Amino acid sequence: MSQPNRTAAGGRIDRERPLSFRFDGRHYVGHAGDTLASALLANDVHLVARSFKYHRPRGILSMGVEEPNALVQLGQGAYTTPNMRATQVELYQGLSAQSQNRWPSLSTDVGAINDRLSALLPAGFYYKTFMWPAALWMRYERGIRRMAGLGHAPREPDPDRYERMHAHCDVLVVGAGPAGLAAALAAGRAGARVIVADDQCEAGGQLLAERFEIAGRPALAWVGATLAELQALPEVRLLRRTAINAYYDHNFLVGCEQLPGERAKELSTVPRQRLWKIRAREVVLATGAIERPLVFPDNDRPGIMLAASVRGYLNRYGVKPGTRVVIATAADDAYRTALDLAGAGASIVAVADLRAQAAGYLPQQVRSRGIEVLTGARIVGTEGRMRVDAVRVQTGASRVRALACDLLAMCGGWMPSVHLFSQSRGKLEFDAGLGAFVPGAATQAVTCAGMVRGAPSLREALAQGFQAGAAAAARCGFDRIAKIECPPTLEPEETPIDASCAFRGTPGGGKQFVDWHNDVTVADVRLAAREGYDGIEHLKRYTTAGMGVDQGKTGNLNALALLAELRGVPVLEIGTTTFRPPYQPLAFGAIAGADSGALFDPVRRTPMHGWHERHGALFEDVGQWKRPWYYPRPAESMRQAVDRECLAVRAALGILDASTLGKIDIQGPDATEFIDRIYCNSFRTLAPGRCRYGLMLRQDGMVFDDGVSARLSEHHYLMSTTTGGAARVLAWLEEWLQTEWPRLRVYCTSVSEQYAQVAIAGPRCADMLAPLTDVKLDAMPPMSVREGSVAGIPARVFRISFSGAPGYEIAVAAGRGVELWTTLMGAGERFGITPYGTEAMHVLRAEKGFIIVGQETDGTVTPLDLGLDRMVAADKFFIGKRSLARADARRTDRKQLVGLLTESPQTVLPEGTQLILEPHDFAAAPRSPVAMAGHVTSSYYSANCGRSIALALVKAGISRLGETLYAPLDGQLVKVTLTAPCFLDAQAQVRRG
Amino acid sequence: MLRIACPWCGPRAEIEFSYGGEAHIALPEAADALDDAAWAQYLFMRTNPKGRHLERWVHTHGCRRWFNVVRDTASERIAAVYQPGAEPPEDAR
Ligand SMILES: [Zn+2]
Repeated sequence: MSQPNRTAAGGRIDRERPLSFRFDGRHYVGHAGDTLASALLANDVHLVARSFKYHRPRGILSMGVEEPNALVQLGQGAYTTPNMRATQVELYQGLSAQSQNRWPSLSTDVGAINDRLSALLPAGFYYKTFMWPAALWMRYERGIRRMAGLGHAPREPDPDRYERMHAHCDVLVVGAGPAGLAAALAAGRAGARVIVADDQCEAGGQLLAERFEIAGRPALAWVGATLAELQALPEVRLLRRTAINAYYDHNFLVGCEQLPGERAKELSTVPRQRLWKIRAREVVLATGAIERPLVFPDNDRPGIMLAASVRGYLNRYGVKPGTRVVIATAADDAYRTALDLAGAGASIVAVADLRAQAAGYLPQQVRSRGIEVLTGARIVGTEGRMRVDAVRVQTGASRVRALACDLLAMCGGWMPSVHLFSQSRGKLEFDAGLGAFVPGAATQAVTCAGMVRGAPSLREALAQGFQAGAAAAARCGFDRIAKIECPPTLEPEETPIDASCAFRGTPGGGKQFVDWHNDVTVADVRLAAREGYDGIEHLKRYTTAGMGVDQGKTGNLNALALLAELRGVPVLEIGTTTFRPPYQPLAFGAIAGADSGALFDPVRRTPMHGWHERHGALFEDVGQWKRPWYYPRPAESMRQAVDRECLAVRAALGILDASTLGKIDIQGPDATEFIDRIYCNSFRTLAPGRCRYGLMLRQDGMVFDDGVSARLSEHHYLMSTTTGGAARVLAWLEEWLQTEWPRLRVYCTSVSEQYAQVAIAGPRCADMLAPLTDVKLDAMPPMSVREGSVAGIPARVFRISFSGAPGYEIAVAAGRGVELWTTLMGAGERFGITPYGTEAMHVLRAEKGFIIVGQETDGTVTPLDLGLDRMVAADKFFIGKRSLARADARRTDRKQLVGLLTESPQTVLPEGTQLILEPHDFAAAPRSPVAMAGHVTSSYYSANCGRSIALALVKAGISRLGETLYAPLDGQLVKVTLTAPCFLDAQAQVRRG
Repeated sequence: MLRIACPWCGPRAEIEFSYGGEAHIALPEAADALDDAAWAQYLFMRTNPKGRHLERWVHTHGCRRWFNVVRDTASERIAAVYQPGAEPPEDAR
């Protein structure tokens, strides 16, 4: 198992621990401490991907979070994860990864034809070519999606576990490079509670990639000593592998901690990722910088990499990504790469410096090793099919030279990682010296330190870090820190970079990529500018620059600098697109945490739930509640079961679990006054011991909730609400009491779960109940309540009914619900007692035309629309009253509640069916518009009526009773007749009583 | 996510609270006497400023009490919290 590019010694890998892995089915070996990218490069694998649009061969460009090319599909089956950056995946034994966006293979990819056809695929080609004709768009889109696919999502549910941590600290330090560690040390020594979060498996940041010295020793020795001190401080917590992804308001930051290792079943007992939600009094951003690539023809071949990343692979992983190296640069920094590689035995063919001069200390060092340095160089192009094999360079007007190589390292300087700072709403400034954006004025309690601030040297980064950490701690009240000694470093002065060399490109030649991930070229940016897409937001959407998985971390700055130059305005005037979370991609699972599956939402069950289950009930979700829907007998269909339940209630006796209704206990000397303001109908005339159906409106006059309220005594009410509306109504009552009427002496308490409630309905209900209770049923008028006992259980007995059949509801303490239910079932046996569910309840109430809030109403329906005018009190104040007086509420052509009878009694219209006034031939004129007159709100087969029944909201419905309308259904027109909204015993129409 | 200091419970995360819109919009005393325009003004019209905003919050998953907040809608800075019915503190400007 040779690793041809692995150095003999050095790096942070564990050479004693080889790890085998597969890429595209081929077997390789790397080491513990490798990333997938460094292990592939150690095996001399550069070709790892095909590009998004042109399917060009692509290699590993970078070493970190910014990687735009090396996206792989990791793992298999339910554990597969797409678009993983190979540079961020820690190697583990048995890792298996696949390349993406190629067919049938990386080296033979059919989609590469796009590269030849690129003249037909300019920027904005989606919009220009495929949007017309509209009817074909759907077909194009499917094809485009297949062609432009990246990885694929797993088809199975995610079997992994995720968890969430909430943390608070005085100082959160983001990044554990030199500036971050210095900041953490300063704040930690001062006694502040500190969290340091870093996305790598090991602290050190850029120092891991360099051969710097601090205080005369290797910089990593300083890192080690600093970590040891931090770990000894009780208030300091170091989070490794934790990428801070989001910076929200009031210093609330969210990070994702990756737990190491393979996703596999045996690990499912431990979380795979942990989401950190951190609230910090002060934040220090030491997020570093990303190296800027160069724009030149064919700058995207495998084997063309960022220079500092090349150096990083060598120093951190002991991997020499090439042996014959050309370096192209617009900054001194890349000379370090030349020196480090030469020191490791690579042959440096030449350094092509795009600047006019290269006279600094580092270039001199390189020259003194006998390495050729070309100044004023232009990269005219590159050669090589699956890997770069030559770079064509020109200096001045001289002949173009082809420099043979197997690696081209490029450097356009550094771009501060201002993403989190910008998310915090800090202002960005443009640093002309760097040619890049740097943090400006902050709007939150945040300071920046190190390369993110454009620190020109390690010395400066350390100094900024110490200063920022100490100051942040002091602002939190931890100012006992003595003066901090910044350790000395030995660094050469660097000469200025020339950022304009980076983005300008070279006229002529092949494609010059600005955004590798989304295949955006200089020509695309020029085209966009020429066509008037000259704002950065337009440019982004027209060319898709910056819209890939990498979010343009390498490409955005070059794109907007180029646009600024084309328009002849300063870069700052072009600005940046908005930086949005997340900074790095994260799994949806991490965001969901444990809130999935059974834990997604609480499930509420009534005390009698177990009985319903044992008796075969099927359940319906009503809000969070599980309610029995119907109780099918063996071999019974739903329709048969519901018919049987409905007939039993009207003919003999039914029993329903009504425990889920919202119940609010309202007490106080001003309770009557309060309830009278809440309901649109009058309650002050209600005597103690009596009940009344009430309708609640919002201030805009629309129906909000309904239910029966009982006056238990002079100052004591029990309000019932809809099952789903209980919490909403309680909040509504509290809001009015606290904010508008604080002088009213009223107290509201939710008692929904304190009582089990059972409805019994049907002509035999009194026969069954009377022997079981000490309440005198004969003495109970409709809509009344008595306290007593039922089956020996203290109970409230209400004479109310939602089915229109004679009925009672019995409430007992929740813990005695099962006892009550089973006693009633036993006592009702000789009357043929039949448990019924919500479906039968809906049918029974619809037979009587009783509304259900949320079904007959949708927030645009007034009591007048429902034909409930008589419930609207004229002689008192109530919420929503003034709105009912608006002319619009009085319009006669508003949608109004009516009954519907289909021509065929067997036709049951689907709820939501639209209604039209005139017959329309949809076959002949399928697209011509037809005016909608209304829609079906409830629709059932009613066994008691022997036919289908429906309720509907129809424009001017009340004036249309008796008329025929039409319901388009499955290409046919169903004739319907409008009736009053009551289908059974219209003369005995008493609401709920 | 904001951090809001409930006057009764102390500082808590925004997820514990519900937003209640602009503060100091009192129910008109004689609503019946208002014309439609004046009623619509009460019901629908809000200032929606960029900057200092007096607004209502309720500690839904805490003490369930309503209170008022002075918040800058641009910077999200909270200058003060105060009780319903009270006037905003002078220094919260
Ligand atoms: Zn509170």
